[in-house]
Amino acid sequence: MEGLYAFCVGLLTACGIFLTLRGRSFSVVIGLTLLSYAVNLFLFASGRLKLNAAAVLGESEQYSDPLPQALVLTAIVIGFAMTAFAVILAMRARADLGNDHVDGNLPKLPNEVSNKSSGGNK
Amino acid sequence: MQHLSIFPILIPLLFGAIMLLPPISRDITSQRISSVIGTLFLLICSALLLFQIDTSGTQLYALGGWQAPFGIVLVADRVSSLLVLLTSFLGFAVMLYAIAGKDKGGAYFHPLFMFQLMGINGAFLTGDIFNLFVFFEVLLIASYALLIHAGGKQKTQATVHYVILNLVGSSLFLFGLGILYGTLGTLNMADMAIKVGQLQGEDATLAKTGALLLLVVFGLKAAMLPMHFWLPKTYASASAPVAALFAIMTKVGLYSIFRVYTVIFGEHAGELENIATPWLWPLALLTITIGSIGVLASPSVRTLSANLVIVSSGSLLACAAINSVEATSAALYYMVHSTLASAALFLLADLITRQRGQAEDRFVKSRMFTQPKLIGFAFAIVALSLVGMPPFSGFVGKVMILQATQSSVQTMWVWPLILIGSLGALVTFSRAGTTLFWRHSGSTSNDAEPASKSEIAAIALLLLAAPILVIFGGAITEYTLQAATSLHDIQSSAYDLIPGVSR
Repeated sequence: MEGLYAFCVGLLTACGIFLTLRGRSFSVVIGLTLLSYAVNLFLFASGRLKLNAAAVLGESEQYSDPLPQALVLTAIVIGFAMTAFAVILAMRARADLGNDHVDGNLPKLPNEVSNKSSGGNK
Repeated sequence: MQHLSIFPILIPLLFGAIMLLPPISRDITSQRISSVIGTLFLLICSALLLFQIDTSGTQLYALGGWQAPFGIVLVADRVSSLLVLLTSFLGFAVMLYAIAGKDKGGAYFHPLFMFQLMGINGAFLTGDIFNLFVFFEVLLIASYALLIHAGGKQKTQATVHYVILNLVGSSLFLFGLGILYGTLGTLNMADMAIKVGQLQGEDATLAKTGALLLLVVFGLKAAMLPMHFWLPKTYASASAPVAALFAIMTKVGLYSIFRVYTVIFGEHAGELENIATPWLWPLALLTITIGSIGVLASPSVRTLSANLVIVSSGSLLACAAINSVEATSAALYYMVHSTLASAALFLLADLITRQRGQAEDRFVKSRMFTQPKLIGFAFAIVALSLVGMPPFSGFVGKVMILQATQSSVQTMWVWPLILIGSLGALVTFSRAGTTLFWRHSGSTSNDAEPASKSEIAAIALLLLAAPILVIFGGAITEYTLQAATSLHDIQSSAYDLIPGVSR
């Protein structure tokens, strides 16, 4: 179970980082969401993974650490608020700057430049 | 007054919330009045708190009465109460500036300003590392909205970068926290300081990973070298009061570095002793270097002040890397000085922009100011103070940092960099001053409105700090020395902070 869990968190983080490093604000927002999912899952695991263990004392023989769950709850709330803000900001930037690139202006790719110049010649 | 230590968080929260309610939220005049009253009230409470801590020692405030290692506590010691007072003073002065008209650019400026103050004060006061994260988020979400206040293409562009970077930073913060909780089983800073000494083997390696992840996050906030690129653009595009308030934001990161890497991972941490020092040391020096190059290359007053913030961050990081009581004391003094002086320069840059028409605050030949004497005088004081010339606070701060270097190796690296950095600032300020005040076309702009009384009062308040920090230098350095001693003396302070743990 531990291995699968660690793999999932790692995969989510890797995808999140990859998407965050992309140029369009949409994929960046998706990347941030994936990162925050990964963080939340990771925080859950920081109290050790256990089977058949309740978070409430006295409900079962074993109990799991309740503190990470409180942390995750806070982190989820904050993460949602921040993601919502990032989405709205991305829309605002799309409207203000005229494109959805995080830098505010689209980088000119070499083939696009040559296409335009050849189009101009015709 | 046992509840005094929570007031710096509660007052801005209450005032901010009240200002969102209908009778006040619709009327800008009553918003301004309540903002000024709120910040003034906050200032008085912070001063009282500092006085109380100074006479009766560190105070613990268990929120909801839950005991320390598991419940959340606020810790008001000399360091945090000094920085809370600094925040409140800065907030009050900046608010005086903002009510002259800069707050009209968009809705909710005043409530957001209050929430920002609440977040900063909370980050300084908390004794629990997860709560530090929560307050970081509070101050960040307020700062996102404040940064984009009054709108415009430039601001949107800068805010997108700032928000994305800080969201990634928050994720890293949580990863670091999770690792530390997994290995140490506690989130209370004092408790962590005790438990970290018992870590061995794989757990120690894991905890080291978590601690260094936290260093990345704090370094991002503090504009440490590889993570400083967001700062000049963000600060230069923010509106004047917001940029001036942001002068304290890098200090929140620096404060966290001082807290975490002297209290938790300091000299008593066993295998993890001083883990941050080998990273902090080169990065601090490089930050000063890059900041100084940025200062020399600045084309306008606002970029200049943003780059000066990077230089002061570098100097403070160097103090953290030296890691002695004297260095921490110097850092605390320098933090107060550099926050107030750079805030004054940001406000002044706005006056300069307004009175020079199209040239704005760029260093180019333009028409004359409407109020050349006032602005020139203020500019001279700020410049002398930030360069570190004798009559003003920058001098004392820099001398204290230079004196705090212990070994000859440290002296060899720190002295030249700080002195050459100061020379660079001097060169840039002379260039800026001569261009702004002497190379003008003679005509003044008629349409530029002169600085209003509250704006002058705000700048005067911030400027007054420079001579006052020198005149009362003896008392203040004694205070910072005591504060630094209490920060470094883990053995007594950490145990005092958690009554539940036996000695």
